Amino acid sequence: MKDERLTERSVDMKDIKIAARGVQVYYGDTHAIKDVDVEIQDKTVTAFIGPSGCGKSTFLRCLNRMNDTIDSARVEGDIRLDGEDIYDPRVDPVQLRARVGMVFQKPNPFPKSIYDNVAYGPKIHGMARNKADLDDIVERALRRAALWDEAKDRLQAPGTGLSGGQQQRLCIARAVATEPEVLLMDEPCSALDPIATDQVENLIHELRQNYSVVIVTHSMQQAARVSQKTAFFHLGHLVEYGETGQIFTNPRDTRTESYITGRIG
Amino acid sequence: MTDAQADGRPEGRPANSILTPTRRMKRRKAAEKRFKLYGMIAVTVGILALVFLLTSILGRGLSAFEQTMVEIPVELPAETLDPEGNRDPAEMQRVTTFSYAPLVADALADVIAAEAIEIEGLEPSDLGGFISQEAAAQLRNFVLANPEAVGTTLEAELLAGGRIDGYMKGRVTMETAALDSNVSVEQLRLADALEEAGYLKTSFNWDFITAPDASDQRPEAAGLGVAILGSFYMMIVVLVLALPIGVAASIYLEEFAPKNRLTDIIEVNISNLAAVPSIVFGILGLAIFINFMGLPQSAPIVGGLVLTLMTLPTIIIATRAALKAVPPSIRDAALGVGASKMQSVFHHVLPLAMPGILTGTIIGLAQALGETAPLLLIGMVAFVREYPDAPPEGFFDPASALPVQVYNWTQRADPAFVERASGAIIVLLVFLVLMNTVAVILRRRLERRW
Ligand SMILES: Nc1ncnc2c1ncn2[C@@H]1O[C@H](COP(=O)(O)OP(=O)(O)O)[C@@H](O)[C@H]1O
Ligand SMILES: [Mg+2]
Repeated sequence: MKDERLTERSVDMKDIKIAARGVQVYYGDTHAIKDVDVEIQDKTVTAFIGPSGCGKSTFLRCLNRMNDTIDSARVEGDIRLDGEDIYDPRVDPVQLRARVGMVFQKPNPFPKSIYDNVAYGPKIHGMARNKADLDDIVERALRRAALWDEAKDRLQAPGTGLSGGQQQRLCIARAVATEPEVLLMDEPCSALDPIATDQVENLIHELRQNYSVVIVTHSMQQAARVSQKTAFFHLGHLVEYGETGQIFTNPRDTRTESYITGRIG
Repeated sequence: MTDAQADGRPEGRPANSILTPTRRMKRRKAAEKRFKLYGMIAVTVGILALVFLLTSILGRGLSAFEQTMVEIPVELPAETLDPEGNRDPAEMQRVTTFSYAPLVADALADVIAAEAIEIEGLEPSDLGGFISQEAAAQLRNFVLANPEAVGTTLEAELLAGGRIDGYMKGRVTMETAALDSNVSVEQLRLADALEEAGYLKTSFNWDFITAPDASDQRPEAAGLGVAILGSFYMMIVVLVLALPIGVAASIYLEEFAPKNRLTDIIEVNISNLAAVPSIVFGILGLAIFINFMGLPQSAPIVGGLVLTLMTLPTIIIATRAALKAVPPSIRDAALGVGASKMQSVFHHVLPLAMPGILTGTIIGLAQALGETAPLLLIGMVAFVREYPDAPPEGFFDPASALPVQVYNWTQRADPAFVERASGAIIVLLVFLVLMNTVAVILRRRLERRW
């Protein structure tokens, strides 16, 4: 599977990882996402920006079917991961989520040790044959999340005892430990201080080498810093989607312009 | 008004020193003080009631844990106890307690003669009532168990009669004895004399905890053994049935069941069930388990089943509350790394909910342990002197239960049973305190992990 992708990449560096077409999301009678089309490229950081309540999180949660857990939520339309419909009845969302990982807005480590937090995903997916394997995976994930140096001496300490920034990096380590192909991040820095934010942003740069990253962010500076593609949502519509540079310097839609110049939001 | 003033003419306001409280502040302070006072009064009333309850129960019941014994040598003549002379317990079985009673009376008479105790007006019939009727039965049991003792003189420790025991504990006095047809003043004098001579002694009453119940005439021999065993068996049944069923039902309802009309109705009904009077569960148990399913009356299995029905709503409500209290972010986190619903529940949600579940379960068990009304309806109030067998057969043997034993004893005429009933309440309270302690310890253990 990996080899396949490698050969594909050599043909087209920017092939499409996720393609969404005509996506509608309803919460009961509320129409939260209105007819959104978007193509998310592989090995790219895509930022979703827009005012609060415009549906960024809702749309993000469609991409790994986390909305299935909300009883009132109803998703229509067509979302494809590598060309396969993720809402096909034959798809097991559990299997999908192993390939499309997620980091949440509020750091939510399990009330277990740092080690167990990171090892949990690989364990349930049977990714390690023995303890040494698992140790390896945990170390690699923690290194990638830039948490190894701080955590290596206290792997058995509770993850909930870390600082907010460390907790979020632990959650990122937990997400990357299962080797997902796409990583969804919903405002991962909103609870973090500038230093921790900087670390997470560096991390996102790292992750782009291997994954496709979709990040919801409130901060336009952050979107500009980390992403190559930006999607601007407004009242449930995808208003504009394009190269980040173009969106920020030369928006085509007046709503986008108003938002990035601070007039709406 | 103060606000308007503040907005309107700020310089007109009195010098705004924080050293002098404003009128508004004073009123708020006073309200706060009053509220605190109400709270303290409520707590004090509660504590006083508790102290009163405990002192009254302890005052009446503690003496049940002591028992007056008469230590005298009893001759065991071979000719009456073993007429065949072959020491065969099967043969000796034919000699009834009636033949043993005179031996006890004779022994007492011998001691009186030997010690040269002179009591005016002491009738020979007084000697019979001085020692418990149970003593003859105990003597017989001893002889049947040790046939070789026949023909010897046994240094016996015999239960004193209930009134004599009461006299030693101060419950019976010369004045009350004069009015009491069951005891004479002369018997009390004899007790004084025997105590002086060292034949009466008071010791810890293990029999109260281990012995079975005794008839109305023998309060001194009545014990809680069968009741404790019966209660214990019922708790096992409740724990084994109610905990898994309750937790499984809660997990299903809380985590898996679709939220629709049907589950709403189920939810409302479970809450209602928790409020159903326990006697209704007793009637239900009588109809279903005894009349329909044909299970035996007075059996711990039936009591356990009825108490399970009663405890289930408590456990389900507590468990669902505990599951609800687990933050949804933990479920999201588990699902986000690709755990299945089942894995997220069993690996993450359930361990976090465990302290709450255990607390709910133990509270439910404690309720069940103290429950009386439903057990009366299924015949657990019967007079049972046989210990139930070891489980599992024992679950089907007749038994009693602690709270029912309390009820039972308070119904009896002899005032000595008031002491026994209070003693039984103390035992029940000790068990409840133990269970609550276990709950607290378990909760601390499980919570302290993080
Ligand atoms: N669980 C939910 N139930 C009902 N409505 C929801 C739920 N989650 C979000 N919404 C609604 O959907 C809209 C989009 O919300 P969201 O995706 O959280 O916005 P954003 O992340 O862009 O701030 C909002 O109007 C919000 O009120
Ligand atoms: Mg959001």
